[in-house]
Amino acid sequence: MSRLATRFAERRDSGSSTLVTYLVAGDPAPSVTVAAMKALASAGVDVIELGIPFSDPEAEGPDIQAGCERALAHRVRLRDVLDMVATFRQSDTRTAVVLMGYLNSVEAMGSERFAEAASEAGVDGVILVNLPPEEAGPLRSALQQRGIDLVFLLAPTTTDARAKRVLEQASGFVYYVSLKGTTGAGNLDVDSVRERVASLRSMTPLPIAVGFGIRDGASARRVAQFADGVVVGSVLVRGMGELAATPEAIPAAVEALARELREAMDAA
Amino acid sequence: MSYEKSMVTSQAPASESGMVSFADYNFPDEHGHFGRFGGRFVAETLTHALEELDRVYRSLLKDPGFQREFDRDLAEYVGRPSPLYFAERMTRELGGARIYLKREDLNHTGAHKVNNTIGQALLAKHMGKRRIIAETGAGQHGVASATVAARLGMECVVYMGAEDVERQSLNVYRMKLLGARVVPVTSGSRTLKDAMNEAMRDWVTNVDDTHYIIGTVAGPHPYPALVRDFQSVIGRETRTQCMAIEGRLPDVLVACVGGGSNALGLFHPFIRDENVRMVGVEAGGDGLATGRHAAPLCAGVPGVLHGNRTYLMEDDDGQIIATHSISAGLDYPGVGPEHAFLKDLGRAEYTAVTDEDALRAFHHLTRTEGIMPALETSHAIAWVMEHAPGMDREQIIVVNLSGRGDKDILTVARHDGIEL
Repeated sequence: MSRLATRFAERRDSGSSTLVTYLVAGDPAPSVTVAAMKALASAGVDVIELGIPFSDPEAEGPDIQAGCERALAHRVRLRDVLDMVATFRQSDTRTAVVLMGYLNSVEAMGSERFAEAASEAGVDGVILVNLPPEEAGPLRSALQQRGIDLVFLLAPTTTDARAKRVLEQASGFVYYVSLKGTTGAGNLDVDSVRERVASLRSMTPLPIAVGFGIRDGASARRVAQFADGVVVGSVLVRGMGELAATPEAIPAAVEALARELREAMDAA
Repeated sequence: MSYEKSMVTSQAPASESGMVSFADYNFPDEHGHFGRFGGRFVAETLTHALEELDRVYRSLLKDPGFQREFDRDLAEYVGRPSPLYFAERMTRELGGARIYLKREDLNHTGAHKVNNTIGQALLAKHMGKRRIIAETGAGQHGVASATVAARLGMECVVYMGAEDVERQSLNVYRMKLLGARVVPVTSGSRTLKDAMNEAMRDWVTNVDDTHYIIGTVAGPHPYPALVRDFQSVIGRETRTQCMAIEGRLPDVLVACVGGGSNALGLFHPFIRDENVRMVGVEAGGDGLATGRHAAPLCAGVPGVLHGNRTYLMEDDDGQIIATHSISAGLDYPGVGPEHAFLKDLGRAEYTAVTDEDALRAFHHLTRTEGIMPALETSHAIAWVMEHAPGMDREQIIVVNLSGRGDKDILTVARHDGIEL
């Protein structure tokens, strides 16, 4: 079983939910990232989504946009992001790592070269916000050959017919976008998310993680009651940005936040 | 409109560029591909809205009532057909090919942009949307969007890069007078591409009641085809007018290319006429060699941005790089995917003109013909000034005079060292 599948299965078996956290690689400085990843893992984070900084992150809200800009100010490249994963893997072979970003970063490197480098670094999954399954063929097979999952998103506006088609291509887990909006938006409606997740369950055996708009222990707990995974990003990235002047304080701060989320979810 | 045809009769040519002749030209395919370009690369939340837009558009194309409504608006509200004007003095002074100007500057709101906003506003109305959003660079598309929104009583929000808000203050005020809210975008490079990002973010949030009027032949499918079809009235009229005046088709079509909607509007009805040469002029800024320009077709590489695959200005890590042009409307790192396709096919040729040459052309046309072109349009005029003298006197050039230059007077004055 893949590392991703194992992380989801374990939590499901223990009656809890998988905690997925997002940070932008190199934000607010490249030296922070691996330490922050380790701190998150030690607080009970199961899956780390590592954002590939991109100049035009059109699906992101203001927090993650700012995170991308802070990372790009250090000229963080996709190659550097992969090196960070490799460094993290030297001390952690348990936590799953999923790269998340935009297609152009991967295309600039080339699908084959990227898949090879991601595999060597120890990447478990890839999410590309603006790559729909219809256009994903070559990258998907390049990743699949190396045991890396290409994770697709479903949204409140996705019709059931389309969801079925997307799910045929899906692997790893399903990322359900909980609201119409950008990352970090404030209009999460937990009841409608619960309903949709229940309906998606009848279409796929894959674990379903819910993200966008989950910002604290309380909202994480409510979502954990029905979702296999809870994704938290913007609030973490904002916190890291606020500590940009004292980067040495970041690992402890993200660890505290992750622990709060973990405890809230385990109490669900 | 050709989109309907290309959607319905999707037998002919494969989406690869393996056409036998341009008589078969019929793109995009049903997935919005122009060969390897185009497509629909968007966040999942928007997919449904794009499918819906595609469906409604296709059904309205078959609806004679919609076509009549569009044609009537173009005639009575926009003032079409726009004249095809023989620039006699400019022709004489340059001493070569006969130069005609397709006068899109005479349209209501002063540019070709309104052809598309009229069409998309009708679409929005048919889809029951009550809110319009748009991105704008020079402000012409923002003004054209605010105009149609005012006319239909719709709410309108225009996203504009903070840098463009400063250099196009007259258009910002025009939009406000029309009742639109202009939102300055301060992220990224603070220009058109960032305005487009912000408009996408708005749309993803308000997709239920909002229609996004993209202003150029770029973006996710079906926008490149839909905007092209609405703008193709330019080329169709040109064809008829040139036949009436000269008894034959033009030898060369010239237009400036930012996203490329005025150029494609002129070119598209002539693609199958292989003897008609088509020249797109990009913004050369300080010169291609300096890297400070906005000419992805001349100096870019294929990549994916704003929903489609096309030529982009990016670094070797895939980051979109800052562009530069004196004209805000051309200051964009991408270009419509059909232009990328026509470039690869060799059917259209693309070149670049510097800020300096565009300014010289602005003054030249103003002084010789009493017509003040937009700085965007001035790039196309500059190409004509360079190439018309070397052409035969019997040859015919048609330039798309895509917009008027009133909005640029402050920029030109500043450049000439004049305080107004």
